[in-house]
This record gives sequence, structure tokens and C-alpha cells, in this order.
Amino acid sequence: MSEKTDVLQGTLALMVLKTIEMMGPMHGYGIARRIEQTSGDALSLNYGTLYPALLKLEQEGAIRSEWGVSENNRKAKFYSLTGAGRKQLEQEARNWEQTTAILARFLTATGGKA
Amino acid sequence: MKGLRRLCLRLAGLFSSDRREREAMEFDEEMQSHLAMQVEDNLRAGMTAAQARREAFMKLDREKTRQVRREGGTVVLLESLMQDLRFAVRQLSKNRGFAFTTILILSLGICTNIAIFSFVDAALIKPLPYAQPSRLVGLNESTPMGPQFNLSYLDYLDWKRMNKSFSAVEAYDGGGFLRTTAQGVQPVNAGVVGDGFFRAMGVRPVLGRDFRDGEDLPSAPRTVLLSYAMWQREFGGRSDVLGQTVTLDGKPNEVIGVLPKSFIFEPVGPVDYWMTLHMSMAMDRGEHDLRGIGRLKDGVSVAAAQAEMQGIAEGIAKQYPNEDGGRGATVTPLTEVIVGNMRPILLLLFSGAVLLLLIACVNVASLLLVRTESRRREMAVRGALGASRGRLVRQLVTEGVLLVATGAAIGGASALWMMQVLLRLIPEGMRSNMPYLNGLGWNEHTAAFLGLVVLLCVVLSSVTPMLRLRLADLQAGLAEGGRSSAGTTWRRMGANLVVVELCMAMVLLVGAGLLGKSFYLMMHSDLGLRPERLAMMRVQTNETGDLSEAQKMQTVRQALDAVRALPGVESAGMAWGLPVASGSNGVTFKIVGRPDKRSVNQSNIKEVGANFFSTVQTQLLSGRYFAEDEDETKPHVIVVNQTFARKYFPGEDPLNKQISWEDTQPPVTIVGVVRDIHEGALDAPVQPALYEDFAQDSQTDFHVIARTAGPPKAMLASMAEAVKRSVPHVLTSDEETMVERMATSRAAYLHRSSAWLVGGFAGIALLLGVVGIYGVVAYSVSQRTREIGVRMALGAQRSEVSGMILREAGWLVLVGVLLGVVCSIGAGRLMGSLLFGVSAWDVSTLIAVALVLSSSAMLASFLPAARAARLDPVVALRAE
Repeated sequence: MSEKTDVLQGTLALMVLKTIEMMGPMHGYGIARRIEQTSGDALSLNYGTLYPALLKLEQEGAIRSEWGVSENNRKAKFYSLTGAGRKQLEQEARNWEQTTAILARFLTATGGKA
Repeated sequence: MKGLRRLCLRLAGLFSSDRREREAMEFDEEMQSHLAMQVEDNLRAGMTAAQARREAFMKLDREKTRQVRREGGTVVLLESLMQDLRFAVRQLSKNRGFAFTTILILSLGICTNIAIFSFVDAALIKPLPYAQPSRLVGLNESTPMGPQFNLSYLDYLDWKRMNKSFSAVEAYDGGGFLRTTAQGVQPVNAGVVGDGFFRAMGVRPVLGRDFRDGEDLPSAPRTVLLSYAMWQREFGGRSDVLGQTVTLDGKPNEVIGVLPKSFIFEPVGPVDYWMTLHMSMAMDRGEHDLRGIGRLKDGVSVAAAQAEMQGIAEGIAKQYPNEDGGRGATVTPLTEVIVGNMRPILLLLFSGAVLLLLIACVNVASLLLVRTESRRREMAVRGALGASRGRLVRQLVTEGVLLVATGAAIGGASALWMMQVLLRLIPEGMRSNMPYLNGLGWNEHTAAFLGLVVLLCVVLSSVTPMLRLRLADLQAGLAEGGRSSAGTTWRRMGANLVVVELCMAMVLLVGAGLLGKSFYLMMHSDLGLRPERLAMMRVQTNETGDLSEAQKMQTVRQALDAVRALPGVESAGMAWGLPVASGSNGVTFKIVGRPDKRSVNQSNIKEVGANFFSTVQTQLLSGRYFAEDEDETKPHVIVVNQTFARKYFPGEDPLNKQISWEDTQPPVTIVGVVRDIHEGALDAPVQPALYEDFAQDSQTDFHVIARTAGPPKAMLASMAEAVKRSVPHVLTSDEETMVERMATSRAAYLHRSSAWLVGGFAGIALLLGVVGIYGVVAYSVSQRTREIGVRMALGAQRSEVSGMILREAGWLVLVGVLLGVVCSIGAGRLMGSLLFGVSAWDVSTLIAVALVLSSSAMLASFLPAARAARLDPVVALRAE
């Protein structure tokens, strides 16, 4: 059994937004699968938290949903990005990059000293 | 913004059930399609059909997802709250008796509290209706007799000139005047003030102008400000009132303005005329007849002002030892001057009301507890079906809140009515002197207080059952035998509550007992005279010019003779000032042949006619009364009371000793000593008093006192008529009997009303306490039915069973009463200033109350005990 990392709190929304941005309108299952694949199956996504996250994003107006038909002819709810969502994604991606950059600097700094 | 948008959607989800259902269905559909896709993928990955399904289900955990989604869809707390609320309403309407009792108890407690609090607020919390009232103080001179004595005009001028603490110092006084109108002469009351008085108070006339600087000098033309009510009544609110003339004491005064409708100055009372002092520098510094107010400068504290004024007053006392020796200054916040005498009684009533509320809450808590007990199974089942403990607790709190809210709504509404009832209990004359009570009703203070009360009730009435509902009990509740152990827990808690309840009821009962006894003792205290069958009235001449002594005495004799001639009058005398007065008229004197100690020798002074003492039937201890023929031509004589003799002539015979008040006047001789007559307020100790002979210093304003053969009330009208018939130039007023005077005096009113109100609280408390112990014992019996059955089956006698129950109840009562005794003594000490003639540990009251409380409590427990004894063991054993 490979060790899988749990999704970090607050990063799920960013992943969802990014996935939708890249793939276009997508249903919940697709988003979940896509996130797992992108992470190289290193992430264990609890599907139970995905749908509430989708609901929250929809309530915030970052994504909108409509019923459609999947590639396998199955009825499913498709989520797509709104203008606000695009902005939110940009914003959060920038924040995230900044955070990781700072953290990276910290980690390397400590290592250099030792 | 995002958060707000989200909240709106969630709230919408809360209120629209359609929307909620539609969304739930959509969600289920979405889950279905998710699962289907996952199963397809799993099959493609080579799993068996069953395995594929299982994996998919495990991965999604549909139930949990659904739960989380629902909570995100609406505001869960609110949603379940509404559910709880609906459930609570259903529960309570199923238990009408319980709901009714609880709400009744709560609304009673809340209503009383709000009503009493509104009085406390009006009198003690709300600021006085003057500009920056916290900067206003009352100014008095202090003497060795006490801190609240009058200022003399010259002292007032010096204070005004020398102080640095005040931006304004003004003097005031109130008094009776005779007003001459086209219809005749009538006595009226008026305020007399320094010219800057209204500016110092921050009050501006609504019409016309204020007094100008210098308008209170003797040379200034006479002017008057009218009250708003007077302006409306007599001048129809017309502006041409300005410049008109009002004749008071024969002197015309020009109307220069009208005061605001709301203006009233309690120390002077509700008067219609305000004039300036018109006193001159030529006045005697020793004539102390004014009171003062001051407005503190910014940043000056009352204590600092007090220190400064004390220094100034001491300087003046040194400079004028004869007039002001021993005098200092007293600076009191004006609030204290105006409502200070109401504070103890209001605080007493307020504490009584709060105690009552606590008892009510405890009672409700124990009622709720009993209900929780009988709902243990229900709770256990709900717990087992997955209700979290928090959810159950929330349900209980919701029920508590619902009860309290209903009680608060009813109580709050009836509080308004209660305020009016209480207000009507205050005699008209006294109420007009309490302007601060005018705005009684709902305001932000009362609303805040209601909030506080509701919070307290909610906490008390929902925390108790909450404590009771421990998780462990929930499981035990399912078990069949779980009941008896739970019963023990409840008995312990319920018992504690009932002990608290009994203790508080005891405190209230003892308080009421002490106050009632005080009132009785006060009304039956030895007045030094026989109050029965005394009819009295005030007589004053309506002639405003100066009269000679002989003319004055002529009027007095004619009036007295007219009364004496009436059939049904046994004897009649006259006096200037009546016994049982609210204040006293002090005089300082020195004893001839001893060092001048005028600064400490002070006495109440009264002027009475020759027949006064025999008419009121006091007792002559030594010497003689005044003789009929003693008048101003004879050497002046006085009669003193026992306290006077004891204080100033200890161990000596005061007869034929001489005293004098002015060096310029001949001394007066003491010719008699009488028993102490209660000249002052009923609840105040008797002061030294000296009686001058009215015939030697007569007045145009006096009281006639008659001892009647029959009921005195019936004689009042004919006395007034007889006097007016035989002396046409007098006015009569204030006709009353001595018993009425005592009963309507302020002290009697305060004691009576506090005794009745606290008595009422105590009655309710007793009832609640008794109901409480009945509840505890009855419940205990019902829970122990099986045990009792076993005992009886094993041979216990019926009397033993009821004895066992009664013994348990007896312990509770004993502990409650003993605790109550301790608390009552403490409470009694706190209200010491309101007691008259009884101490806080008045044994007879304590014993009587303990007996009443314990016997009614035992009686209440006897009913369930007797029921226990009547149990049929066969039935009892089958009970569970």
C-alpha cells in the first residue's frame, strides 16, 4: 500500500477551480478522478468532502452548475467556471505560489545553515 | 461579499422547504450518477460487479456526504432550532397543566420584578430632569445636631462669594402665601429663590424671561414666574399673561415668565409661583431659614467641594461665634437630596422582588426536572436513535426558552398594569412630590432589565434539567430497572432545590413579619398624647397687613371659642404646628448662668396655647401648664419635654431654670415638664422640645385642635364652618383627625406600603415553597411505589410508611427553615433602617414564621405521605 497524502485544508477549492479551468465544464466524479490522476494518485481524495466543497463554491458564485449528459450517455451535473471564479482562481493561485515560495525559502535556509 | 451571498442562500434554504426538497432530490440524483460512473470505471478496471459497487459506495460514503451537504445547504442550527421549537410547542400543549403552571409562575415573578424595577429606575437610576444633574448638589449647614440644617442669608452670600468649587451657588425656600384675587383671598404655596436659581438648574422659561441678576435684592421690583399648569389653568396658556399682576401677601408681583411643563423641584414641592428672595444684608446671620443648591465646576468632585465649603463655614463660625458657632457645611449630591429617602425602601422592595423571582425560577426548574425525569425513556430512545447529546440538550433549552419567553411576554405586558396599580397606591399628595415617577413605563433601562431577567430565568430553568441529563443516564434510561436509581438522583437534586426555596420563602416571610410588626408598633407607639377623637384644622387670617398682638390674639380667641361652643367638642386648644410633623423647627439657646453653648444647645420649638396640653391629654410631670391670662405683657415662660429636661438638666430640677436665645432679649423661665410628645415623624426618635406660650408670641397662622365626644371625622366640617361664621376674616384648611394624620404621614405610608408589598411577595413565596415541597415529596412517593410495596409486603405498618415519608420531608423542612433563620437575620440586619422597635433577630417573628412555614410545608407533604400509606401492596408490587 502506498502512502497517500490527505488533501490539505483549503487547497481542495483551488484544485477544483484549476481542474475546471483546464478541462472545461465537468461533473463531480470527473473532477474527483482528474484531481487524483493529476496528483499521480499520490492524493487520497475523500469524495465526501468534494461535493460540499462544490456546493460552497457554487454558493459563493465561483462556479455554476447545470444538468447535462456525460461522455457515457449518463445524466450528470456539470460544473463550469464563472467570471468571479476565474478571478478567485487567479488570486488563490498567486497566494499559493507565494506561500510555497516563502516556505521553500525557509526550508532551504535552515538546511544551508546546518 | 462572498460570505454574505452564501449566507443568503443558506437562509433561503432554511425557509423554503420546496427548495430544500428539490435540492435534496437533485443531490441524490447527482450521487446516483457519481456512483454509476464509478462502478463503470471499477468494472473496466476488472472488478466483479459486487466488488465494483462496494468500492464505489465505500469511497463516496453517501450518508455522510449527504449530511455534510445538508448542513452546508442551510443554517443547520436554525433549522434544528425551528424543529425543536415546533416540538417544544407540541410537547407543552400536550402537558397543558405543566405549561400553565410554569408560565403563570414565571410571568408573576417577571411582572413583579419589572414593575418594581421601573420604580427603582425612575427614582434611583434615571437622571434628574435638570441640565447635567450629576453636577448639581444640595448645600446645607451642619450643626452638632446633624448635617442637614438651614443656611442663613448672610452665610449664603458669604458661601457664594468665597467658594471656588462652584460655578453657581443659589438659595431657595418654600412657604405659604396668601394670594388676593377678585374672588377673595386664598392660601397658596410658593417657591422663593436666588435670582440665578433657574440658570444654575439649567431650566429656561418656555415663555417670557428668567430672573435677572440683582432681581433678588430688596430694592428690585417684585416679579414672579408661573408654573406651566397655573398658566394653562388661569391664563388659558395665553401669552398676554406676561406683565399681569399676581398679588401675594398683599404685594403685587409682575408675571415675567412661565416655567416648562416638566419642571418641578421636589424640595419645594409642586408650587405655582416662583419669586426671588428680596432679603437684605441687614438680616440676622443667626436666622437660618434657607437651603442651597450649587453647580460644581468641571473637574471638581463632591468631596473636594465638601472640604472647601467646610473650611469656609468654619472660618465664618470663628468670625461669628454667637450666630454660627459649631456650624460647618454639608455638600450632598442633589439626587441624594431628592430621592435619598426613597432609596432604602425601593432597594428593599427590589430585593424582595428578586428573591421572589429566584423562588419562581427554582420552582420552574424543579417542575422541569420532574418532567425530564418522566421523559427519561423518551430521551434515551432518541439518544439511541442517533440524537447527539448536544442535540438533546438543545431541545431542553428550547423548551426552557419557550416557557420563559411566554412568561416574559405575559409578565412584561402585565407589568405596565402593575406599575399603574403601585402608582395608585401612593397617596396623591405624596405622588405630586415625586415628579420622577411621572415617566414610569417602558424605557431602555426596563427593557435591558427584562432581558437580564429572561436570561437568568432561561439559565436557571434549562441548566438544571441539562445537568440531569448526563450521557450515562441516557443509556441507563433504556434499561427497565434504570428508574429507581434515577429516582434517587432526582430526589437529591429536587431536595436541594426545595431547601433553597424554603430558605428564600423564610427570608421573605420574616422580612414581611418584621415590617408588619414595625408598622404596628409605630402606629401604636406612645405618642405622649391620646390620639383618639382629636379633630384638627389649620386657621389663618386672610389679612395681609401687619396686625398687633392684641388683634392676633383676638382672632385666635374668637376661633377657639367658636369651636368650644360646638356641641360634641369636649375641649379645644391651639398650637402653631402639629404633632407628627415631617420635620422640626430647631432653635439654639443658652442656659442662663452657664457658659454659652449655643452651638450645641438645640431644641425643637413649638408654640402652643394654654389648653393645648389638656386637650391632647399629655401628662404633666412637674410644674404647671401655661395660665390663661399669661400674655406678652407677662414674663415669658416655657414648658419643656422630658427629653429636653434629661438632656440639658441631667440630675437637676429644670423648673424655674432660665434659658435665652438672644442676648438682647430677656430670658424665659421653665415652668413645667411634660411627657415626650411625638412632634416629629413617627419613625424618628423624639427630640428635645420646648413649648412657648402662644399668647406670648402669637401668629396669624395656627392650628385648632379639639377633643370630641363622638367620632372626630364628623366634627371637621362643622368646626370649620363655626370658625368661619364667627371670624369672617380667616381661612380654614387641612381639616383632619389625629388618627388620619398618623395614618397618612409619610413614615406610616412608607412602612405600611413596604409591609404590604413584602407581605404580598412573602405570601406568594410561601405558596410556591409549599407547592415545591409537595412536588418533591409526591414525586418521591410515586417513584418509590415498588419499594413501599415491598416494605408493606414484608410487614411494615401503614403508619411506618407515612412516617418514613414525613421524616424525609421533615428533614428538608428543617434544613430549609434553619438556613432560612440564618439568612433572615442577615437580611433583617440589612433592612435595619426600615425597622421600628424590632431588631433583626426578633425571636417571636422568627418563631412564628418558622412555625407557619414548617407546618404548611409538613401539611403539604402529609398529603402524599398519606397516599403512600394507603397503597395496596399487591398493586404497588405490580407497579413497574
